[in-house]
Amino acid sequence: MLKWLITGTWSQLRTMGLVFMHSFRKRETVNYPDEEVYLPPRYRGRIILTRDPDGEERCVACNLCAVACPVDCISLQKGEQEDGRWYPEFFRINFSRCIYCGMCEEACPTSAIQLTPDFEMSEYRRQELVYEKEDLLINGPGKDHDYHFYKVAGMAIGGKDKGRAQNEQEPKDVKTLLP
Amino acid sequence: MATIHVDGKAYEVNGADNLLQACLSLGLDIPYFCWHPAMGSVGACRQCAVRQYKDEDDDKGMLVMSCMTPAADRTRISIEDDEAREFRASVVEWLMINHPHDCPVCEEGGHCHLQDMTVMTGHDRRRYRFRKRTHRNQYLGPFIAHEMNRCITCYRCVRFYNEYAGGEDLGAFGANDNIYFGRHQDGVLENEFAGNLTEVCPTGVFTDQTHSDHYTRKWDLQFAPSICHQCSVGCNISPGERYGEIRRIENRYHGEVNGHFLCDRGRFGYGYVNRTDRPRVPAWRSQSKDDPVELDVDAALGHGGSALRAARRIIGIGSPRASLESNHQLRELVGADNFSTGISAPEQAGLERMTELNRTCGLPTPSLRDVEAHDAIFVLGEDLIQSAARLGLSVRQATLARRHDLASKLGIPTWNTDAVKTHGQDRLHPLFIAYPSATGLDPVAVRRHALAPNDIARLGFAVAHAIDPAAPAVDDLDSDMAEAARTIAQALKAASRPLIISGASLGSTSVLDAAGNIARALARRAARGGLMLVRPEANSTGLALMGGHSLEWALDELTGQSADAVVVVENDLYDRAPRDRVDQALAKVQTLVVLDHQYTRTLARAHLALPSASFAEGDGTLVNLEGRAQRFFQVYDPRYIRPQSRIHESWRWLHALGASLHRRPASDITLDDVTHGCAEAHPMLAGIVEAAPGANFRIEGLRLAREPHRYSGRTSMRADQAVAEPRPLQDPDTPFSFSMEGYSGHGRPRQQVPFAWAPGWNSPQAWNKFTDEVGGHLRGGDPGAKVMPLIPGHHDYAGNLPDAFQRQPDRWQLVMMARLFGGDETSSRAEPMQERAEPAHLTLSERDAERLGVSEGLPVGITADVGEVVLPVHVDPGWPDGLAGLSGGIGGGWANGFMVELVPAGNRHNRPAGAGEARPWNG
Amino acid sequence: MEWLTPQWQANLLAMGQALVILLGAVLLGAVLTVIERRLLGLWQDRYGPNRVGPFGSLQLVADMIKIFFKEDWIPPFADRTLFVLSPAIAMASLLLSFIIIPITPGWGIADLHIGLLFFFAMAGINVYAVLFGGWASGNKYALIGAMRASAQTLSYEVFMGLALMGVVAITGSFNMREIVNAQADLWFIVPQFFGFCTFLIAGIAVTHRHPFDQPEAEQELADGYHVEYSSMKFGMFFIGEYVGMVLVSALIVTLFFGGWHGPWLPPVVWFALKTGFFLIFFILLRGSLPRPRYDRVMSFGWKVCLPLTLVNLLVTGAVVLLVPG
Ligand code: SF4
Ligand code: SF4
Ligand code: SF4
Ligand code: SF4
Ligand code: FES
Repeated sequence: MLKWLITGTWSQLRTMGLVFMHSFRKRETVNYPDEEVYLPPRYRGRIILTRDPDGEERCVACNLCAVACPVDCISLQKGEQEDGRWYPEFFRINFSRCIYCGMCEEACPTSAIQLTPDFEMSEYRRQELVYEKEDLLINGPGKDHDYHFYKVAGMAIGGKDKGRAQNEQEPKDVKTLLP
Repeated sequence: MATIHVDGKAYEVNGADNLLQACLSLGLDIPYFCWHPAMGSVGACRQCAVRQYKDEDDDKGMLVMSCMTPAADRTRISIEDDEAREFRASVVEWLMINHPHDCPVCEEGGHCHLQDMTVMTGHDRRRYRFRKRTHRNQYLGPFIAHEMNRCITCYRCVRFYNEYAGGEDLGAFGANDNIYFGRHQDGVLENEFAGNLTEVCPTGVFTDQTHSDHYTRKWDLQFAPSICHQCSVGCNISPGERYGEIRRIENRYHGEVNGHFLCDRGRFGYGYVNRTDRPRVPAWRSQSKDDPVELDVDAALGHGGSALRAARRIIGIGSPRASLESNHQLRELVGADNFSTGISAPEQAGLERMTELNRTCGLPTPSLRDVEAHDAIFVLGEDLIQSAARLGLSVRQATLARRHDLASKLGIPTWNTDAVKTHGQDRLHPLFIAYPSATGLDPVAVRRHALAPNDIARLGFAVAHAIDPAAPAVDDLDSDMAEAARTIAQALKAASRPLIISGASLGSTSVLDAAGNIARALARRAARGGLMLVRPEANSTGLALMGGHSLEWALDELTGQSADAVVVVENDLYDRAPRDRVDQALAKVQTLVVLDHQYTRTLARAHLALPSASFAEGDGTLVNLEGRAQRFFQVYDPRYIRPQSRIHESWRWLHALGASLHRRPASDITLDDVTHGCAEAHPMLAGIVEAAPGANFRIEGLRLAREPHRYSGRTSMRADQAVAEPRPLQDPDTPFSFSMEGYSGHGRPRQQVPFAWAPGWNSPQAWNKFTDEVGGHLRGGDPGAKVMPLIPGHHDYAGNLPDAFQRQPDRWQLVMMARLFGGDETSSRAEPMQERAEPAHLTLSERDAERLGVSEGLPVGITADVGEVVLPVHVDPGWPDGLAGLSGGIGGGWANGFMVELVPAGNRHNRPAGAGEARPWNG
Repeated sequence: MEWLTPQWQANLLAMGQALVILLGAVLLGAVLTVIERRLLGLWQDRYGPNRVGPFGSLQLVADMIKIFFKEDWIPPFADRTLFVLSPAIAMASLLLSFIIIPITPGWGIADLHIGLLFFFAMAGINVYAVLFGGWASGNKYALIGAMRASAQTLSYEVFMGLALMGVVAITGSFNMREIVNAQADLWFIVPQFFGFCTFLIAGIAVTHRHPFDQPEAEQELADGYHVEYSSMKFGMFFIGEYVGMVLVSALIVTLFFGGWHGPWLPPVVWFALKTGFFLIFFILLRGSLPRPRYDRVMSFGWKVCLPLTLVNLLVTGAVVLLVPG
């Protein structure tokens, strides 16, 4: 009992001492916005849609980001180009709901959707936080420089016929008699 | 019953099943691909391996394919066995070596059986380092997309298409690594059930093209249990909505009606719901010549109420494509004396006769599942594949079932498809058809008799007489016919369960009477037979039970000015009566109120046009051809995405209009109120209340969810309009919620399942989790309630035999030929349906074509009282002389039995607007 | 000017002093709210409020503007009379306690014989404020907060009084000035070390400061007894807490640290320095100690502090009796 009292008291006093010593430490916070904040490249901020190395929209409107999103703030509609490429007819993120968890980026099979180190998105009107595809789509590949989904997938699109994807044979000729 | 031991536990199962089916019925998961509850086992995919032990002492056992092993008593197996697991994992792995990296751009993704099975077996890393084989795709028509790379060669597609559905233009080509499933060349898949490939194929090879055009993953769709409105069979469907549009229709399993399959009209004909020209807000004009102005609900009802109040007498015209509730509410509004069913007099007479026969012929009306258990079938005057396609598919199964009987004599289980087929060969149950043109069931028929309607009736009467000499005899039959009658009678008498099928297609009550006589003759022999009568439209049966005047009566009342206001509900009068006749009647009308969900020619003339709900936006009850009342439920509320729309069920509008008319305070009404009201007003329809649970039905205190629990985009789909999300819409009419909140599991038995999903089962195969045994009935009971019970006792034969058909020198008797694609009022407004439908044409016999000097494809002018149309000729070699076959669904009051004049139109292409297209509706 | 008799002069002077001291206490309480935030910022390696005015000096003004202009809302389900009364009681009882504090030999409001007892009485009244506030709010969090507050205050006041009896025994008086004067040679912290410890703990507990802020525990009770209060009513509870802090610090200085006594510097500076030290100590406590569980707080009070105080009192009594003079 006595020991408990003494060690307990000592522990409390020591804590206070340690905290007090923080008076002489450097501050961890910065005077934002007077000073700029350093954000690492993998910081999860404003979301973008990227393009593949050929400059085509990467998103194939697979809806996986939307279903992964815990707050359901992504909605989109699949469309199809003349050449068979899938793309989002519209792509909307309601940033007033987004919690920047990055699940969408995690789920995206094409590296299309990426979070960026930009958090300065405040608006006076909530409606302005609803971003459409024009607001999201950028002109580059973002963090992933090389990935090109259609070069891996089996679907034929303009400029990539059947059998032309990675690891594919020429299409079979069903009418041949040869084995 | 048999006892099997699975992983050391004993279970009671149906000993006639195979192990796979038995285990799935028990709720145990075994992965599989090639087995299908409706198509049996072939043992092609090797995915369903389990370890089987000889007896208790056997601890080695051996791997067997559970789908090829009977669930015999005292069978001991292990699903969890390590080697069996590894085997199954390696099977998926090699099925996947050629599988493309497509899931994100694959329409199957999210309801893909291959995805489910891959996850179930635990395969997740590609080890195979070599190259994938690839294939080129084919164009298969507007309904079905083809992506052959994704095939895992389970052979389900060809087994369904060729065997089950009787299609001939899909096959397996090539050998070993080359195997290709497709047509011999690009082209539209001909079979009327091709759409089922999208569900039968466990991968994304065959997918729904109409869905792909506005694709949404299954988890993002909002569903409700619905009933197909496209014909009188009443298949259960599961329509999925997103962004205020129906995106696709999938089969909703019903153990008695449609089972696993739908026809393509039902599956792909939903596009009319999404038409942009649909009326969405009330419109009003006081003079027909003014332009209508759009009004809000109260103003519209105010105008409507005062206009109707000013009227001397109001006629109500209902519709066989509207729900019982809507028709009933109209009848309440105008009074029973002023209510017309909106059906033409001859058709209505036929419907009434059918109701009477169904109740008094002594034979019950079988369900579709039951149809498949009949062993001799006689079809009088119906081309089932065109007029009641899903029934036709069941009839086909009934004939094929002979193979099962033969096989079971040798002890071959029915699920052993290949053995059953090899043994049975071409031996089928007898099917006889009497119909003027070739039908889709001819390949499985003993014989088709190409006869004119009167002769079909006479053949029928003769058959009845041959079965029971007490039935009236047909004199002066030619020897061919007499012989045919004897053969058919023989087959029906020999059968343990004979089935007679007839219907309204030929518009002949004599044919119905003949069918009725055969049924009575069989009933007197105490045969366990059945009589099935095909009605033309989704709710024809229900409306006939409700009763009312014919459309002609209504038009006469209006033309004769004994009434000056008319309320038309979901009915395009121009589609059912000649244009002049309708014009005349409507010209006399002071107030024309039209409620419809399509912009019809009738609606275009309305003073007050009220936008009513299609099956997708409203609730109601239909009665199908077997007298089964089935409820369809609202899939989505159009106001969520389009807040400006004012679409409501017709019954709701009519209730409000009634309140305005009688200056009663406006009050709302719920589905349950109307359904109960309808049941009380019509004793024959008393049973419809039981068709589905009422609005306060709950499971574990929860409503039933319309949306899967993974539904995405809730906080964003509407955010472009307003970032603040509105409260989810409330549904006072049904036990369903417009959200993912609510019960959506399979643990509690329930009848009403908006969509089938179970953990690990995203594909339509999830229905196995909702049935008492795989391929059986829903555990909560199959939905719907039978009305129209048999009246016991003996009933007299019909005696008024028609004369034999005499061909006339310069006039042809018109026969309306049912058309699956393009032949009904609503689905033919869907774009893919218009693409798929063959142009309307005129069918003539070879001799008649020669006589007229026309040949295949040349235009011929057809003239009758109702007007003139010019259509290309189709020459059918077997077609009876003196008949002119006109494609169904061209509207304009063209009907069976007209005597028409035909004039070759040379090459002048001055067809009236729209004629020859799928449907001239906005002419 | 003949009414300005020396009596009146004394009266006026006393009134002036009273005004200055009480206003000073309130003002100090208000300033403390800002100082606390800055200090906590410092100890937590951040800045704290530094945006309004140079170095955040005008933060207080901003806060005051805010709190004065907030809607003064009384919930419809509240008991109006008690609801309005309780912040007033809180403030008044605390300010009244101040009158017994002698700041310097010349400064002090009232020189009561029963000085200490008066303080106990006022501290007892303060419980009503909390209890009324929690009850009148008609809110279960407020009620739980109030229950905790009254139970806690009652428990800790028991040995708070006993803790000071040692001092009283040595001095032989309840009068504060006499107590201060008795420490001219030796601060009571030395002979009364355990009394000091327990009084300090009880002082913290009675003012609901960390780590004894169970009654308002934000995380569990969403603010405890004043959860329904807004605007200046809340302000009075809020400032009251800091005034209480000042009061307890001043008492500790007076009772154990020799009050104004100290070499070289004038008495008022000594008093201010000592009090300031304890105020900062209070804030440091908040910055470093976590909040214990409520039952621990109670058992600590009854099972540790109370016995300790009693032993201390017994020993002090024995010493006073045995060591004459
Ligand atoms: S970051 Fe998270 S919350 Fe935001 S859109 Fe992506 S998944 Fe949704
Ligand atoms: S997951 Fe990626 S590819 Fe798929 S819809 Fe979202 S952004 Fe597009
Ligand atoms: S078939 Fe299934 S597994 Fe294959 S790509 Fe499509 S969704 Fe993926
Ligand atoms: S196309 Fe589909 S159903 Fe046919 S074999 Fe391939 S995977 Fe099976
Ligand atoms: S399901 Fe048994 S082998 Fe395919």
